[in-house]
Amino acid sequence: MSTAPSAVIALRGIVKRFPGVVANDGIDLEIRRGEIHCLLGENGAGKTTLMRILYGLYQPDAGEIVLDGRPVRISSPRAALAHRIGMVHQHFRLVATLSVEENIILGLDEGTGPFLNLARTRKKIERLATEYGLAVDPKAKVWQLSVGQQQRVEILKALYRDAQILIMDEPTSVLTPQEVEQLFSTLRNLVDAGLTIVFITHKLDEVMRVSDRVTVLRQGRVVDTLPTSATDKASLARLMVGREVVFRLDKARHEPGKRVLEVSDLHALSDRGLPALRGVSLSIGVGEILGIAGVSGNGQKELVEVLTGLRRATRGKVLLAGSEITNRSPRQIAEAGVAHVPEERIQMGTVPNLSLRENLILKRYRYPPFSRSIFLNRRASMENARRAIALYQIAAPSDATPAKLLSGGNIQRLVLARELSGDPRLIVAAHPTYGLDVGATEQVRQILLKERERGAAILLTSEDLEEILAVSDRILVMFSGEVMGTLEAEGADLGEIGLLMAGTRQKGGTT
Amino acid sequence: MVLLISFLAIVAALVVAAGLFQVYGVSPLRAYELIVRGALGSPLGLAETVRRAIPLLLCGVGLAIAFRALFWNIGAEGQLLLGAVAATGVGLFSGLPGPLLLPAMFLAGFLAGAAWGLVPAILKAKLGLNDVITTLMMNYVALYLVEWLIHGPWKGTQMRGFAYTDKLGVAARLSFIPGTRTPWLTLVLGLVLALVAYILVTRTRQGFEIRVVGENPHAARFAGINQVKTTLLVMLISGGLAGLAGVGEIAGVHGMLRSSSQISMGYGYTAIIVAWLARCNPLAVIVTSLFFGVIMAGGDVIKSSLGLPFQLINVFNGLILFFLIGSEVLMRYRVSFTMRRR
Repeated sequence: MSTAPSAVIALRGIVKRFPGVVANDGIDLEIRRGEIHCLLGENGAGKTTLMRILYGLYQPDAGEIVLDGRPVRISSPRAALAHRIGMVHQHFRLVATLSVEENIILGLDEGTGPFLNLARTRKKIERLATEYGLAVDPKAKVWQLSVGQQQRVEILKALYRDAQILIMDEPTSVLTPQEVEQLFSTLRNLVDAGLTIVFITHKLDEVMRVSDRVTVLRQGRVVDTLPTSATDKASLARLMVGREVVFRLDKARHEPGKRVLEVSDLHALSDRGLPALRGVSLSIGVGEILGIAGVSGNGQKELVEVLTGLRRATRGKVLLAGSEITNRSPRQIAEAGVAHVPEERIQMGTVPNLSLRENLILKRYRYPPFSRSIFLNRRASMENARRAIALYQIAAPSDATPAKLLSGGNIQRLVLARELSGDPRLIVAAHPTYGLDVGATEQVRQILLKERERGAAILLTSEDLEEILAVSDRILVMFSGEVMGTLEAEGADLGEIGLLMAGTRQKGGTT
Repeated sequence: MVLLISFLAIVAALVVAAGLFQVYGVSPLRAYELIVRGALGSPLGLAETVRRAIPLLLCGVGLAIAFRALFWNIGAEGQLLLGAVAATGVGLFSGLPGPLLLPAMFLAGFLAGAAWGLVPAILKAKLGLNDVITTLMMNYVALYLVEWLIHGPWKGTQMRGFAYTDKLGVAARLSFIPGTRTPWLTLVLGLVLALVAYILVTRTRQGFEIRVVGENPHAARFAGINQVKTTLLVMLISGGLAGLAGVGEIAGVHGMLRSSSQISMGYGYTAIIVAWLARCNPLAVIVTSLFFGVIMAGGDVIKSSLGLPFQLINVFNGLILFFLIGSEVLMRYRVSFTMRRR
């Protein structure tokens, strides 16, 4: 098998397994010299894993990498750079307290003996900057730079090391719209100067705008590779999301009930200070499950945090059964009847060194019967534990077992037992089946359905679109902090959802 | 497993310290034998050991609570000194009648130590300032406060020019266990407070909150626990207990305020190791404070019997802490020995 003469990288039959999941399942990929090649797919499709293999951060379990017709083994990023492959990560690897030039030469042997010779470095940086149109002050400290400028430093780092192939992992996820424009013109400059660029993204707009060819990945496999000019957003969306028959859980017909949760024009900032929620409005009725679909990182986490009191809303209102709970403390919101099944169940949901029994009363310990005056009622908490273990089938040696020794599934059962014990009106479940085996996943879904029958309103976020489709009554799609559209889950068109998830707004606006 | 590792850490420290004794030309085994015999071999020796252990017990219990909430109180030394200052102030100048004097001194000592501990707590809770640095720095402030008082406004009129305050009257002194120089009141107080602290941490709401804040601040926030209040409460107790230790040293041992290095021979710092070795369990602190009481009494023994400097035992203490913290890694992972298959 020979590669086309213009193919600079060929990945053949790449397989990469992690415990419990096959991230790359026999991937064949060809990157041609001088092109901008986009890797498109949802989270978990395997794009980043594949590129990390190319950059030497992971070793494939099977398959080979062929560069310029010769098979190579890339054992580390240093080896990748020796093959002139550079990578700009989604989360920058920069030392904020050092200057630009110091960051660029990080790990390199510049200078004579133990002394640095930054003058030569600075000249080279300036030459690269003019040649590729990447204006940056070599002496500036990185913490003073804007995110767009920091990204430019990351690119310069790769160029300084003579990279000819540049891998960019979701580069626009941290940029403002103007910075995105600048990045695109930079990419064009780089390609004109002879570089090859591999661009990982989940945003259809970007694919259509900037790429020459696009490869769609789904669940670890290549779905197709096309020239961008020969396709459109709708087709790409369908490829990205798939056409499998969706298995819907057996449940009673949903009658829309009174509104339990009403969110209007919600705005909030992310941890980086960028807008994460940009005018989100939604409502959930009694006995309804609203599934929030969307590639993770588009505001779902922030939405969950605002609803549960862990993040400030900068604008907008959240009403629970008519009364306002916007920006209340987590305790007040919990007391108002909101249960939170957190995404990071170990870090946020449990106290690992405390016992199962104590974790079960984490939220209600200050009320009777669990405490009288200042003392905790041990017997009451033991009784509670006994009941919870039986009801939710938590498998543990005893109720005194530290929570950290429980398996993921049992920790989730613990969290559910605790959160659902007060018959909450609203359940905010963030990725509730993440990392669970088939049996535990099934159980969690059944529990959610039971709560739905009881009349709870449920807001479900998940990276697993199949889960959203299987469990929800209605689906709301988020992209870039906005609601792209809502639709009934019954008979939902996957292609339409895919489009919404990748940034195309629904005709007729949002609910 | 935890006990075994702690034990091994101490053994490691003993081995390295043995090297030190060798440097001085003393057989380490003889030194250790003398220490144990001197500290535990006679009723008087035992009483001396207990006398040293009391402030370690009081400070240690307080530190066990603070450390549980992940508040690194390195300031027990300063809080102890403030307790001593308050006790001296009340004892010499309050003019209270006899029977009220001691209770007033203890109360004042507790409050002074608590106040000294609350300052770094507020700084951490409200401004996010590092607790290790603030508590440590407060020690120096306390140290110089004492120096100023004994050289300045509180300088004794009957002490022939020495930098001491006047002696406290009999009513302000604690009585000793017969035949010893060990005050029984602070001993009982220490034991009772250790028990109370244990119940607090394991059985009460506040104790639960302290443990959650210490084990997982994220979960604490998630559970709606007020971390500021918890931090303040914890330092109130920790500082107050150290303050009580200070009262004990004044009323029970010295009977006057003197230079800081004489009032507290590093009790506040040694108590950190005491609490750590006890894995922050207030009841276990009773045992570990006694252990370090032995070591400190041993310091006297090696000074008098072997002519070695007292500070040698500080090196030993440091070694123990060093090996204890270093062995923490082993406790996170299960060590297993497997045969490598060929």
